[in-house]
Amino acid sequence: MATFNLNINGKTQTVDVDPSTPILWVLRDHLNLVGTKYGCGIAQCGACTVHLDGSATRSCMLPVSSVGNSKITTIEGLSENGDHPVQKAWLEVDVPQCGYCQAGQIMTASALLEKNPNPNDEEIEMAMNGNICRCGTYLRIRKAVKLAASKAS
Amino acid sequence: MTLVKTQIGRRAFIKNTSLAGGGLVLGFSFFNACKPKEAEALAVELEMPKEWFEINGYLKIGDNGVVTIMSPNPEIGQNVRTSMPMIVADELEIDWSNVVVEQAPLNTNLYSWQVAGGSRSISSSWQNLRMAGATARQMLKEAAAQAWQVPVGEITAKAGVLTHEVTGKTAGYGEMASAASQMEVPEEIELKETSEFSIIGTSRKNVDGKKITTGKPLYGIDVQREGMLIAGLVHPPAFGKRLKSFDAEAAKQMPGIRDVFSIKLYDEDFDKMAFHFTAFNEVVVVVGESTWQVFQAKKAINIEWEDAPEATQHLTLFGNKMEMKHPAGMENSEQHTDKLKKMMSGKGNVARRDGNPEEAFEKAAKIIERSYSCPFLAHNTMEPMNFFANVTEDHAELLGPTQTPEWMEPAVAERLGLPLEKVDIQMTRQGGGFGRRLYGHFMVEVAAISQRMKAPVKLMYTREDDMSQGIYRPSYYATYRAAFDAENNLIGFHVKAGGVPESPLFANRFPAGAIDNYLAEDFTVDTNITTGAFRAPRSNFIAGAEQSFLDEVAEELGKDPIDFRLELLKRAQENPVGDATANDYDAARYAGVLELVREKSNWGQDQPGVHRGVSAYFCHQSYVAQVLDIVMENNEPVVQKVTSAIDCGIVVNPDAATNMAEGGVVDGIGHAMYSGLTFNNGTPDQQNFDRYRLIRNREAPKAIETHFVQNTIDPTGMGEPPFPPIMGALANALYKASGRRYYHQPFITDRVFKG
Ligand code: FES
Ligand code: FES
Repeated sequence: MATFNLNINGKTQTVDVDPSTPILWVLRDHLNLVGTKYGCGIAQCGACTVHLDGSATRSCMLPVSSVGNSKITTIEGLSENGDHPVQKAWLEVDVPQCGYCQAGQIMTASALLEKNPNPNDEEIEMAMNGNICRCGTYLRIRKAVKLAASKAS
Repeated sequence: MTLVKTQIGRRAFIKNTSLAGGGLVLGFSFFNACKPKEAEALAVELEMPKEWFEINGYLKIGDNGVVTIMSPNPEIGQNVRTSMPMIVADELEIDWSNVVVEQAPLNTNLYSWQVAGGSRSISSSWQNLRMAGATARQMLKEAAAQAWQVPVGEITAKAGVLTHEVTGKTAGYGEMASAASQMEVPEEIELKETSEFSIIGTSRKNVDGKKITTGKPLYGIDVQREGMLIAGLVHPPAFGKRLKSFDAEAAKQMPGIRDVFSIKLYDEDFDKMAFHFTAFNEVVVVVGESTWQVFQAKKAINIEWEDAPEATQHLTLFGNKMEMKHPAGMENSEQHTDKLKKMMSGKGNVARRDGNPEEAFEKAAKIIERSYSCPFLAHNTMEPMNFFANVTEDHAELLGPTQTPEWMEPAVAERLGLPLEKVDIQMTRQGGGFGRRLYGHFMVEVAAISQRMKAPVKLMYTREDDMSQGIYRPSYYATYRAAFDAENNLIGFHVKAGGVPESPLFANRFPAGAIDNYLAEDFTVDTNITTGAFRAPRSNFIAGAEQSFLDEVAEELGKDPIDFRLELLKRAQENPVGDATANDYDAARYAGVLELVREKSNWGQDQPGVHRGVSAYFCHQSYVAQVLDIVMENNEPVVQKVTSAIDCGIVVNPDAATNMAEGGVVDGIGHAMYSGLTFNNGTPDQQNFDRYRLIRNREAPKAIETHFVQNTIDPTGMGEPPFPPIMGALANALYKASGRRYYHQPFITDRVFKG
């Protein structure tokens, strides 16, 4: 066990955990931030996506000992009132079915738009390809990303 | 208005007398009960009332007119948590913006069919939900009539307001809620005509949308409790193995680990329902303080496994006894295929025989014969299996994702040695179901663990646990034959189908009833691998096989594939072969979706480079026809567009139903094209998403159009029907695009695509 000071959603959080513990489980079990989901644990599904210094990152294979002072943003910290353009677009398009993958989808999409505010279809599909949606909401995901891009620009 | 008696389902309409004054006997869902602020956030900016008045088991009305509607069924992504309350709200005559939705706990006294299965949530509760709303509306009217001393028949209710036109008196529902809650439940109530619906048939957004997009706790995996421990389990590494012994000393020393032990799920003589079963009755359990610690400790246990003997499981399914034989030994996928092929060449069980099929094939001028197959599939709900339990001496509280709370309750009670009424089950929102959560052995597991630990426990499966301890979609095999005479008329049709361990055959489905000489046979192969329902069981294979074969038959006859199907359906409708009552489909509705898809897809207007396939299927009382368009890019098929036509009766929430139809299409293309679970020595070769391939964003169609047949038929299934037929449309379009027929799923491993 070791103590880590983490920068999460703009706040410093101190946790005492095994250094190998992935950020995913630090968030979920120790900080009560359960919006970030577990899907595979091997960086294949995207359910656990957070922003690490603004980049979409799989938190399930990111040991707590490796993040240092990097800024971590989770779905809970994406916006104050759930009104990030991507979140709003998700609601407007009514994307979710079961909804389980959607926090990860939203984190990937918001990181994409941060870097590329006007992605074309191909770029959207490429960026979102790492996030599995078992319910098959892919078309609505693409649509919502486009809507968010159009609203933001 | 239609008059109906309230006798059926009346239990739920009898109000609970001890209420009025905050306390809700029926119970909030866990998350809301613990976090009332979030319950309020659900109904964005809705002012919560000071007092609630319970009118019946489905709804309570606040003093300010806000209405809470209970959603009785498990929410697995099919959106019933929105669409079921919509039905109540419509009959109640309330603005949807004044509605708060709560997940109802399992309550067999109040609700019926609290199950997410068979695409029956809406259809089986349609009448009850409407009556719940209409009963409350009537009681509110009666309360107003008494208060105003006017005849109840002169009172109208609209959008949450009661009006007596003659005297000009009006009152909001909130003002009359207290009095209404004291009224006798009326013997007879009026239901709206379908033309009077104002919420049903309009698109309403997912009531959990805001929570989902902001990452609020919603799912079983999100449950947290004071003093809660985490449990993980280790099951045998192969089907055909069982626990012999284990050494957990090292694991017990690991940080945060509280205990390691083994549990047995069921006694030999426990009368199991089909939904209770598990391949691994004894598993090793690790309990600790955090998920990561538990996952790590699982790997540190030294376990010895031994070969399990052959066994027979006795199960009941809806009152019927059934037997499942599990041979000893570790199985391979190749062996399964060999066994299926061997059974194919032997005698099958005749399920239907019309005319003289043997003679038709004997004198045929030409016969075509094609075989189709598909592998096992893991459900792979995005949220792996998990459940919470807090078992004390005389009470068990369970909370989590299950499709069958009602059917699992007896198994949990039996395992704990508690009476049924001491077991309370609540449901979270669920990260997918697809049939996997019909089988709730994990509920029994967590209950047993909590009882032993004398502590609240959340059981967590890893993805690997989830994929390697599945209740898989069986693997299937089917051979179709068609006989033609010298004039190239179709004179005979033969299907023979089997599976490990269940047959996919529906002998009385189309084209049964449309062909003079028809033979349907089936067979099964035993296995010790656990299998069960997977979105549209059996249909999820046989639809694609049948619809691919019909495409070849149409081609052989030189007919357009839609015209050909319509001809057969006309025959089935006008002059059916054999016992017409045996046919389980309605030929007119079947033809209806084909005609609609033909029109909406502009069938027959070919575009260069676009290759089209069509398919149509009936299941879960609904009809779906689909046209799938492929273009070839760099030797790879790209699904450019899918057009679906669906007849599922009244569509309660059209945009949500469209979402699900889109999902069914993506799901169907994905599984037919990419997914498969193979076995080697009893162990699945694929145990996580590195090797198990699920369809991804880039592989989904570029566009999907969904059209619903407009009618006033009571709702039929919607979650499953759009899934099976698309596999046939895909295979047929691939043929047009590549010149090759695709017979064996997943197609990606079958052939090289050319364009
Ligand atoms: S849980 Fe991290 S990518 Fe799947
Ligand atoms: S909405 Fe269910 S997994 Fe994406």
